[in-house]
Amino acid sequence: MPLLMPLVVAALLFSIGIYGVLARRNAILVLMSVELMLNAVNLNLVAFDVWLRDELLSGQVFTLFVITIAAAEVGLGLAIVLLVFRNRATSQLDELVELREADALRGQPDVRAMR
Amino acid sequence: MTAVEVLFGLLGLVAVGAALMVVTTRQLVHAALWLVVALGAMAGLYLLLSAEFVAWVQVLIYVGAVVVLLLFGLMLTKAPIGFSDDLDAPVAQRVAAAITAGATGGIVITSLVDAFHGARIELGDDPRGGSAAAAGEALFASWVLPFEVLSVLLLAALVGAIVLSRRDVGSDTDTDIESVTETDAPVRG
Repeated sequence: MPLLMPLVVAALLFSIGIYGVLARRNAILVLMSVELMLNAVNLNLVAFDVWLRDELLSGQVFTLFVITIAAAEVGLGLAIVLLVFRNRATSQLDELVELREADALRGQPDVRAMR
Repeated sequence: MTAVEVLFGLLGLVAVGAALMVVTTRQLVHAALWLVVALGAMAGLYLLLSAEFVAWVQVLIYVGAVVVLLLFGLMLTKAPIGFSDDLDAPVAQRVAAAITAGATGGIVITSLVDAFHGARIELGDDPRGGSAAAAGEALFASWVLPFEVLSVLLLAALVGAIVLSRRDVGSDTDTDIESVTETDAPVRG
């Protein structure tokens, strides 16, 4: 099999993932697109591992590592998205434009007046 | 062109098509289900590349765990079932994203074709390949230290996820904030 076949599939998946990360507004859909990009990298690792016939199977072992890290990333990412949803009642990325809680300003001296 | 190559091409088409559906569909839950198709096709690609163990790990972890987690996330953020118009950014941003993605793909594919146009993967004459025995041997002989470090990382990540999603962690300051939000502060949104 030509080495180019897996490489081209991986490149296409990666660019689709880039499009998804940039064009989606929902945080969970962005996470899905990141998964697509990670998978593209995994396909590259496996293809080069098989092509080079690595004695230590580095490519495949690294693929396993990347899959583990992706699982950790999704777990943490979803926890953060859920926390944001609980505090702000939204998971749309472009609505999250504040750097501090609106409630935290309450009861404190007016920042704008002091300026 | 051998049968393996034809099969690889078809599965690759399935993976790319399903990935396109993931990033373009207007139904949230369908995006997660298309992701299952894309990841399953990737598992098939690994099998065809003789990376058997990686393929089953892909099915178990990605299709089994990650997608279920994502579906839980969708349900817990009150994702709308059915069509919704607010999943995508404005048209201008989508066009910019498509240009970026197309440029990246074009550059990468051009340079790959330039670098590897003659290379061939010889499959089939290596009986061990990526079988579970070979992968396990490599993992526990050569890669033990990264493997153990990774297990600690996974543990830390899961503890972090639990801490983030529990409501009752913390001391008095947390309860103060909660009492304030309950009495007079409307949730924004």
